[in-house]
Amino acid sequence: MPTEEHVLPETALDVVTPACHEEEYEVVYHKPATMVDVHMHYCPGCAHSLVHKLIMEVVEDMDIQEKTIGIAPVGCSVFAYDYMDIDMQEAAHGRACAVATGIKRLMPEKYVFTYQGDGDLAAIGIAETLHAVNRGENFLIVFMNNAVYGMTSGQMAPTTLPGMHTTTSPDGRDVSYYGAPIKVAELLANLPGAVYVTRQAVNSANGVRRTKKALMNAFKYQQQYKGTCLVEIIGNCPSNWKMTPAEASRFIDEEMVKTFPLGDIKLPQPDNLKTV
Amino acid sequence: MADYKLMKGNEAMAEAAIQAGCDAYFGYPITPQSEVLEYLAREMPKYNRIVMQAESEVASINMVYGAAGAGFRAMTSSSSPGISLMQEGISYMAGAELPCLIVNVNRAGPGLGTIQPGQGDYFQSVKGGGHGDYKLIVLAPASVQEMADFVFLGFDLADKYRNPVLILSDGAIGQMMEKVQFHPYTRPLVDKSSWATTGKPKTRDRNYITSLFIQPERMEKHNLKLEEKFKRIRENEVRFEEYNTTDAEYLFVAYGLSARICQKAMDIVREKGIKIGLFRPITLYPYPYKRLEELATQVKMMLTVELNSGQMVEDVRLGVNGKVPVEFYGRMGGMMPTPEDIVHHLETLIQYHHAN
Ligand SMILES: Cc1ncc(C[n+]2csc(CCOP(=O)(O)OP(=O)(O)O)c2C)c(N)n1
Ligand code: SF4
Ligand SMILES: [Mg+2]
Repeated sequence: MPTEEHVLPETALDVVTPACHEEEYEVVYHKPATMVDVHMHYCPGCAHSLVHKLIMEVVEDMDIQEKTIGIAPVGCSVFAYDYMDIDMQEAAHGRACAVATGIKRLMPEKYVFTYQGDGDLAAIGIAETLHAVNRGENFLIVFMNNAVYGMTSGQMAPTTLPGMHTTTSPDGRDVSYYGAPIKVAELLANLPGAVYVTRQAVNSANGVRRTKKALMNAFKYQQQYKGTCLVEIIGNCPSNWKMTPAEASRFIDEEMVKTFPLGDIKLPQPDNLKTV
Repeated sequence: MADYKLMKGNEAMAEAAIQAGCDAYFGYPITPQSEVLEYLAREMPKYNRIVMQAESEVASINMVYGAAGAGFRAMTSSSSPGISLMQEGISYMAGAELPCLIVNVNRAGPGLGTIQPGQGDYFQSVKGGGHGDYKLIVLAPASVQEMADFVFLGFDLADKYRNPVLILSDGAIGQMMEKVQFHPYTRPLVDKSSWATTGKPKTRDRNYITSLFIQPERMEKHNLKLEEKFKRIRENEVRFEEYNTTDAEYLFVAYGLSARICQKAMDIVREKGIKIGLFRPITLYPYPYKRLEELATQVKMMLTVELNSGQMVEDVRLGVNGKVPVEFYGRMGGMMPTPEDIVHHLETLIQYHHAN
């Protein structure tokens, strides 16, 4: 149930939008031209739409639309290629890092990234992910950790918090039965193949800015350094958390970060530089 | 004329991949086909091509997916248990219409089975294998020469139809040594720019590779499009070979290694004055139903010989459609019939059908 403060004031529904004369305004913000101009299917308050936009902003800012190839996962973001105006491949559930390996090994001059949920990356695709990072595959993994299987309507994920209620852990995740949540960023940072590993969240304006910076760095590092970049993003899934968007944002600050602390975990070192 | 070389089937296949311009090979070791990865690990870097030992066959086929989706000639090979693991990726590639070459050096199963040759993967190869409505073009080599030749043919067919092609070989053809000749080859020009993900220039719409069609109307349309393609394949790509069929009263039907054994059996039977021929399907999909139907008006009986418990025999019966008896003889689990076994079986059947 929405709490008091989240109910829209009645007047808000009655406001008549005044006719907008664009020429009277200065454009201070626009959607990146690298996004396809369509309605998104994501739930209100979902992190996917925001992160799609951040990635496409980076692609626009770096002017690398022609050189970027993305891999969409199976999960709520399976339709990423409907929104990102770049060449993309849709991978089978969990196989994005293998698909990305096939692409990047043949086109090392391109920018390649996978976009994967926690079920996709940390459950069914952990082998492909771990081995890709271990080989130091030179692409970026954008890892959307929302602690549930969003698309299949909120089952437990490998990242579900201890005690967290999901449709398949109705009494809360029992760590003695299912083990503890996998801290993907920390796990993969252990591998020498990983050059840049960071965990961010997009539940605040600052978080959005930091996440964009992390994505921008990761794209740049792809050209500068040998190895894999991993940007883990704690993603809001208000629908399956059964929260309002605002509650979901608070839940990240109050609960998620206890298990998944934010910040850089591994930074590129001089000896990771590509020799030219 | 090119020189003859003495090579193992698996090595001939690997060499052919290089000569066919294969840009990338991804594989995982498994007997009896590990020589392919070993050969390519040694040779591919010399041509600046990509060769990679993946962490599993699941990864191999998905690496092939990525490379093929970017417009490159990509290939993998394995043996039965590994091919089972690839079925998901193969279904996705068929759904996304990606060309690639897959080789199965069939060993006997089910399960871990044995490393000895078998033909138990016939159904998996020609009837789908993975989920959904799709077909692979399936080529069945019966010699080391064909192991090589079908790599060129397979890549070309894959590109022509934007569909995965499977070479269904077996442990014996893969391991045996025979002379083989490599002919000069020119790769047909195929324009992949309308779909390959090479990076989107401003001048074209984005390309994306997918097998997802969430609206049922679109899904059906896509399936109909695929079916139309499979129909064209059925009309244009049927391949087979016949031996001694002109005057044949009886017919062996066998593919791959079984056809080799039947050839010996045929010679023995012919010496005894029995007019027998051999029909060898080369494409297992599309299957040469029509020619078998014609032959059914000529011969009195067909004997299908396979290294399994009777799989292709169902397709022979579909083609023959009850016109003449279609019998089956098989050994399995890595056991091989001798030509004499087959002759004996044939003679018993001839007597039986004569008496009835
Ligand atoms: C082989 C296979 N198994 C199961 C599924 C069903 N499935 C689709 S999405 C999904 C989970 C997605 O969760 P996640 O990766 O966390 O992405 P989210 O939707 O949360 O962003 C599952 C299990 C599938 N498509 N393929
Ligand atoms: S279910 Fe969750 S992850 Fe999926 S679109 Fe809705 S909010 Fe986003
Ligand atoms: Mg998830």
